[in-house]
Amino acid sequence: MKEWPLWEVFIRSQHGLAHKHVGSLHAPDAEMAINNARDVYTRRNEGLSIWVVPASEVSASSPADKEALFEPANNKIYRHPTFFPVPEEVKHM
Amino acid sequence: MYAQMVDTGVKRVQGLDEMSAEERAFQERIDAGIKIEAKDWMPEGYRRTLIRQISQHAHSEIVGQLPEGNWVTRAPSLKRKAILLAKIQDEAGHGLYLYSAAETLGVTRDQVYADLLSGKVKYSSIFNYPTTNWADIGTVGWLVDGAAIMNQIPLCRCSYGPYSRAMVRVCKEESFHQRQGYDLVMTMARGTPEQKQMAQDALNRWWWPALMMFGPPDSDSVHSAQSMQWKIKILSNDELRQKFVDQTVPQAEYLGLTVPDPELKWNEDTGHYDFGEIDWEEFRQVVAGNGPCNRDRLRTRVKAWDDGAWFRDALLAHAEKKSERQVAAAKAA
Ligand SMILES: [Fe+2]
Ligand SMILES: [Fe+2]
Ligand SMILES: [Fe+2]
Repeated sequence: MKEWPLWEVFIRSQHGLAHKHVGSLHAPDAEMAINNARDVYTRRNEGLSIWVVPASEVSASSPADKEALFEPANNKIYRHPTFFPVPEEVKHM
Repeated sequence: MYAQMVDTGVKRVQGLDEMSAEERAFQERIDAGIKIEAKDWMPEGYRRTLIRQISQHAHSEIVGQLPEGNWVTRAPSLKRKAILLAKIQDEAGHGLYLYSAAETLGVTRDQVYADLLSGKVKYSSIFNYPTTNWADIGTVGWLVDGAAIMNQIPLCRCSYGPYSRAMVRVCKEESFHQRQGYDLVMTMARGTPEQKQMAQDALNRWWWPALMMFGPPDSDSVHSAQSMQWKIKILSNDELRQKFVDQTVPQAEYLGLTVPDPELKWNEDTGHYDFGEIDWEEFRQVVAGNGPCNRDRLRTRVKAWDDGAWFRDALLAHAEKKSERQVAAAKAA
């Protein structure tokens, strides 16, 4: 027998916040996936909005590429404001 | 625990110097407290052990609904009925979170579920005991969910990311389970003498099976040592059991109920309660399938699965029909 496809579930917990991945579930189609997500992931007011995405549609970076992808950011510490000392006297910057 | 006696498939735990470069890098990551994620390289043994442990845990959540479901239609008030339904619904959710975590390891939910239904993979021994009086419902929340919390809180720190995140979500919901249980037992313990007797009767029957939930002593088990090295088990069975006894005995005393263990007494020197010998033969019998409700539990799950087949197929057929129509409409337009 065919299995129901897997869906990744994203919930917006409050107005103004981004949808955040909370987990996954099985459902025959998107509409049922939203219904199931409501029951599984929002039983205690956790959400204002639900997104579901077929798990098979998610492309992910490979852990092996971690260095190539993220290392370049490590040696650019000047991108952080804390890189630049602010004199004691100059407050609130 | 919810996953009792998980086989790691190893005969001996390897030291860092005996490992391949990949295994060593993996172990060093775990030692440094860095989480392993689904797509990371992992030893086959780690993957297989986690699948076993997480699926046993998931099955326990699902089968664990049955003893409580027994009382839904007989709850003494609408309030208690609504609370019990919400608790049971949570347990279904816990099962789903955990099956999803298992699926990140390369199995499908239907595959691991089939292993429950065939009897190949176990669920916790505790759910093979019957709930014979209403106070059992409170006692299960108090003791069984209490024991589960004891085990699940350290697992929030386990090495496998999807499992640890599922545990965080589960733990948030469990404290409701334990408190509603204790509240129910407290209500009965303060009720009529007959009600108090029901609460005592429930404690008498659930105390020892609750202690067995933590599994046999495992301080010199190779599987336990391996699981601890992998950080998918954080505390030994006996450590967890002792914590549980120390926490629970004062709660029973507060209710004026007697823990059914004549050897139970506070040990000033160790700062812990000493308690009597657990009947491990009973535990072995229950795990082997000969507990009071094993056959009934499995029969119920198999029947639910079989009876639901037409529904699962129908929803899938409906989804396919709808998507075919959409494709046809898009072509026509
Ligand atoms: Fe649970
Ligand atoms: Fe539970
Ligand atoms: Fe629970």
